[in-house]
Amino acid sequence: MSFISYLINGISLGSVYAIIALGYTMVYGIAKMLNFAHGDVIMVGSFAVFTIVSTLGLSPILGILVAVVICTVLGMAIERVAYKPLRNASSPLAVLITAIGVSYLLQNIALLIFGANTKSFTSVVTISPLKLADGQLMISGETIVTIIAGIVIMIGLTLFVNKSKAGQAMLAVSEDKGAAQLMGINVNGTIALTFAIGSALAAIAGVLLCSAYPSLTPYTGAMPGIKAFVAAVFGGIGSIPGAMIGGILLGIIEILGKAYISSQMADAIVFAVLIIVLLVKPTGILGKNIQEKV
Amino acid sequence: MKRFDKIMSLVMASAMAASLFVGCGNADTGAQADNAASEANDTATDEAAESDAGTAAADDSAAADTAASGAFKIGGIGPTTGSAAVYGVAVQNAAQLAVDEINAAGGINGVSIEFKFEDDECDAEKSVNAYNTLKDWGMQMLMGTVTSGCSVAVAEKTADDNMFQLTPSGSSVDCVKYDNAFRVCFSDPNQGAASAQYIGENSVASSVAVIYDSSDIYSSGIYEKFVSEAANQPFEIVSAEAFTADNKTDFSVQLQKAKDAGAELVFLPIYYTEASLILSQASTMGYEPIFFGCDGLDGILNVENFDTSLAEGVMLLTPFAADAEDELTKKFVTAYKEKFGDTPNQFAADAYDAIYAIKAAGEKAGITPDMDMSAMCEAMKGAMTEITLDGLTGVGMTWDASGEPNKAPKAVKITDGVYTAM
Repeated sequence: MSFISYLINGISLGSVYAIIALGYTMVYGIAKMLNFAHGDVIMVGSFAVFTIVSTLGLSPILGILVAVVICTVLGMAIERVAYKPLRNASSPLAVLITAIGVSYLLQNIALLIFGANTKSFTSVVTISPLKLADGQLMISGETIVTIIAGIVIMIGLTLFVNKSKAGQAMLAVSEDKGAAQLMGINVNGTIALTFAIGSALAAIAGVLLCSAYPSLTPYTGAMPGIKAFVAAVFGGIGSIPGAMIGGILLGIIEILGKAYISSQMADAIVFAVLIIVLLVKPTGILGKNIQEKV
Repeated sequence: MKRFDKIMSLVMASAMAASLFVGCGNADTGAQADNAASEANDTATDEAAESDAGTAAADDSAAADTAASGAFKIGGIGPTTGSAAVYGVAVQNAAQLAVDEINAAGGINGVSIEFKFEDDECDAEKSVNAYNTLKDWGMQMLMGTVTSGCSVAVAEKTADDNMFQLTPSGSSVDCVKYDNAFRVCFSDPNQGAASAQYIGENSVASSVAVIYDSSDIYSSGIYEKFVSEAANQPFEIVSAEAFTADNKTDFSVQLQKAKDAGAELVFLPIYYTEASLILSQASTMGYEPIFFGCDGLDGILNVENFDTSLAEGVMLLTPFAADAEDELTKKFVTAYKEKFGDTPNQFAADAYDAIYAIKAAGEKAGITPDMDMSAMCEAMKGAMTEITLDGLTGVGMTWDASGEPNKAPKAVKITDGVYTAM
């Protein structure tokens, strides 16, 4: 019974990683850059919801909508101000370092506005926990919502990329930027759209993360951001199903590793798995599947 | 290229501006404390000047003189922002309260105290920086630091400089490993042993689970001693699970294991931020054991937006309860509430006692402000072992040369959102 409980917790944690990893993987697939500020966009989204729901006392639905809008605008602004000017820089390192800079900038701005004191996040999920097997197994409302949200987002995103015009444009840009431009695709617009979608997902991931683990500080997004990056590489960076599979597997490995190997070695296990996967299959689980690239 | 240069410089400039602001915030806190201290100091010296010289004209020059050499300069370090801010703020406030009281009553050996407090955000590196800042200011004795990790780092510096250090709440063993350092609170091993004894002797539970932070010396220190003392007690440790600083949001596994092992009590030798998460996750999974903690849990009721009903029935070992009935506690709690609008916690009481211990030892040793730092330290560390202090955190507290206090522990329970003595 506890194995099932661990497994469900792992899938729930993994779904959060997966939603964050989608943001990493889409941006990498199209702009060929690692957006290390992605984890901090999550934190901004969580603070937006916290301010609206807990401080102003407005409805959680409104909070989530506003957070999605704020994060979308923020993501596009970061792309426009910090990344776009460096797109043709001679060294690909320039934009990577800028991303790390943006990450610290966001953390410090949040530190200035909200202070460093831990805030207890009010869960936006009001579904009562599911009791199975005479109360032996409790599945919290947050877990259910997180898993469903993960599945819906992945299906939605896959359909969007494969069926819509904008999605096709994304695929084209990811395969060959120059050729896509010659075919009349607005490359800058497509990249901006990618950042917008990735950041909107970050807002949702932030809400889910903080609902399940209700502690909010300016550094809340940093560690999940890194884990999600690992998940994206693990699944094959640039691949949407890869990010989803990588995220969920990582969550399960982390929780089961904690449960059956050692609770203090959880992170060591996660990163060891990353190293092994990269040694065996350097492109990640679904990395070679170029058709799946966004 | 031109344009991207411009934008980059814009980004850099705003980043630098942001870091400036962060700096400002800290300086402000320090400056406020400083102002308050020198204000109090001015009043005291003014009075002294008037009675000594009998002329109002001497006021200015006397005050200036005092600022240069005529006051004891005591520094304080602790987290007034960051994850352990509740502790630092409490220590800063209570120490200031004690300093003001002592100055109003004539100071130490007739000399007033100047007190300055610096923020370290509970970061060892920042704590050492704060120590250097205070030394530049002319600090002669250090009341700090508040948290263990920082205290150990700063203790290396004070030992090198031979500066007298009295930490109100640094409980790890290494905080007082040098003979210039003393503490007011219990050490971690003492807290671990006392917790195990309390649970055993009062038959609180027969099966106990422990969740601790293996990356933190405070937490692992208590844990080790708790386990070794538990062997002598009539309860059994059925599960002991750790977490680390980088993995401290998901406690579902640790709680599930405690639940599966049938633990009636979960011992949490950790800080309140993680404890608040543990309480909320235990509630989500429908697990309701007794939670028992040490002084690190003190402050859990002050986490912003925290549902305090989750903490109902949590027990913690602490030498101070704000609702105790003795005169000293009542007077302190009233004064603290009046001045800072908040109920003081154990850290506040530790800091208040620390300042009074410095006063008692200072009077015993007959120190004067013109002594150098090292001579003052030599005099103080001898006197510390000779004083007996009736403080907020213990009656008849004494210290031995190892720096450890001797006093009896008490337990409190959270009932209806307040700490209640047991």
